[in-house]
Amino acid sequence: MNSFTPPELITAFPEIFLAIMSLMLLMLGVAGKEEKHKTVSNFAALTLLLLAGAVYRFCHGSNLTFNDMFINDTFGAFMKVLVLIGSAVSVYMSTHYLERQRIMRFEYPVLIMFSTLGMMLMISAHDLISLYMGLELQSLPLYVLAAFQRDTVRSTEAGLKYFVLGALSSGMLLYGASLLYGYTGTTEFTHMANVLNGTGAVSLGVIVGMVLLLSGLAFKISAVPFHMWTPDVYEGAPTSVTAFFAIVPKIAALALITRVFMGPFGHIVHEWRQVIVFISVASMVLGAVAAVRQTNIKRLLAYSSIGNMGYALVGLVAASEEGVKAIMIFTAIYMVTSIGAFAVVLMMKQRDRMVENIYDLAGLGQTQPMLALAMTVMMFSMAGIPPLAGFFGKLFVFQAAINAHLYALSIIGVLTSVVAAYYYLRVIKVMYFDAASDDTLDRAEDRRLNGLLAVSALALVLFIIAPGPLLTTAQAAAQSLFAL
Amino acid sequence: MQIGMAHFLVLSAILFTLGVFGIFLNRRNVIIILMSIELILLSVTINLVTFSSYLHDLTGQVFSMFILTVAAAEAAIGLAVLVSFFRNKSSIAVEDISSLKG
Repeated sequence: MNSFTPPELITAFPEIFLAIMSLMLLMLGVAGKEEKHKTVSNFAALTLLLLAGAVYRFCHGSNLTFNDMFINDTFGAFMKVLVLIGSAVSVYMSTHYLERQRIMRFEYPVLIMFSTLGMMLMISAHDLISLYMGLELQSLPLYVLAAFQRDTVRSTEAGLKYFVLGALSSGMLLYGASLLYGYTGTTEFTHMANVLNGTGAVSLGVIVGMVLLLSGLAFKISAVPFHMWTPDVYEGAPTSVTAFFAIVPKIAALALITRVFMGPFGHIVHEWRQVIVFISVASMVLGAVAAVRQTNIKRLLAYSSIGNMGYALVGLVAASEEGVKAIMIFTAIYMVTSIGAFAVVLMMKQRDRMVENIYDLAGLGQTQPMLALAMTVMMFSMAGIPPLAGFFGKLFVFQAAINAHLYALSIIGVLTSVVAAYYYLRVIKVMYFDAASDDTLDRAEDRRLNGLLAVSALALVLFIIAPGPLLTTAQAAAQSLFAL
Repeated sequence: MQIGMAHFLVLSAILFTLGVFGIFLNRRNVIIILMSIELILLSVTINLVTFSSYLHDLTGQVFSMFILTVAAAEAAIGLAVLVSFFRNKSSIAVEDISSLKG
């Protein structure tokens, strides 16, 4: 008990490496006089991408370290690869936009790297303390990023709103964590799972604590009772930041929810199932209905992301290995689709000014057929039209729900999916069938965005030919979560 | 009267509720919101220290140290965002945070 053994650092190598690299890039940016933002930004994207490769190649099995506060398993590795690729892409795609808006500073990629580090810690959290620290390390840079265009009212207002509601949600999460600690006597997930092993009644304190913890986490994925910040923040923040918000943090928060509810609360499914069913149904319905009257494409995508998180939670309600596998496939496909959709939004310019209205896309089918085609693929995939990847994401989720005998939930999910198809199809209708106004969109010239858009469109179209690799990796990752 | 664990927990619950209501009912000033957030975090700290003392387990006190540290960082970032908002809008009244709607 009294002897001190140093923690095994190699288990947390990706996180330590990323922390050191972010600090080094911060110093590189601060030192010297001339502008270094391009170097810092390219280095950041490269680091994140290389780290994704390293995690994919070397992180297997299941290892605990730092007094069981930190876990590195195949499930975590899968989610970390997604987070790292998403962050690398959002750094890579934002440089041109930020330069044009004259807000390109070296802090931008460094903040994204710190936030990514926080997300990796969240994914690897195996204790309430490390969960909280990871969550805060992820959130604090995001508040700053939302207010990054600090000379405009819209951006700073988005930052302020996000900060106030984010701080409230982490307060609720903490209160829940303190109740869980008090009523189970531990903060460590394995011990907690042993205490809550399903024999005997679950005390009210544990249930209240669990629900408060869930509300804090639901805020981070913008599930329905805690979604009100999403449209405002998405609209107000600079577009490249919105892209980052939509692509990455939700993956990490979803991974954390999955780990917490399959781990410590895995034996008391009957206590939390109704709560998550409610959150999931409410998110799907609101995501479908509220988006119908939106004309701002960033707000539209915000509501679409609320709805998509509802579908992902359906996999969690199933509470099975199949459900976890479905969540992972769904998030991977959702990430690729968001990358493509936001690449298009970042290209929406008229006479060199950024525009955000859906009707600004009118006539795109004639003026830039390739761009319109790529956007059509994104919208069809989000709507879940069969040959595209988005259909399979939803299919696996609903299959898991049906195998867990959740028929009503699956029916509601499919119905809201049909309603949601209306506004995705409206975007396509505007592009191909509405007459172009005299102002059409500028030609898409940014090579980075064009490349990313082409890659993500191809990935979504060709998924049906070779779904094997993603399915087998997700299967192995889901197994590792239940192996403990 | 014996002061027991329940008293501490009730105190902490009252402070938490005050903090949450302070955020939602306050229509005047963002600074009050920041104070309410601190109130929430401190109520959690009381909760953790109480449990830690009654369980004879140090984890809760370690947790509360982390919360105090993060609360300081959070307040710094909140004030920084608030200052840049004030520069653009020349106001920190809650009603004026309303340019994003829909």
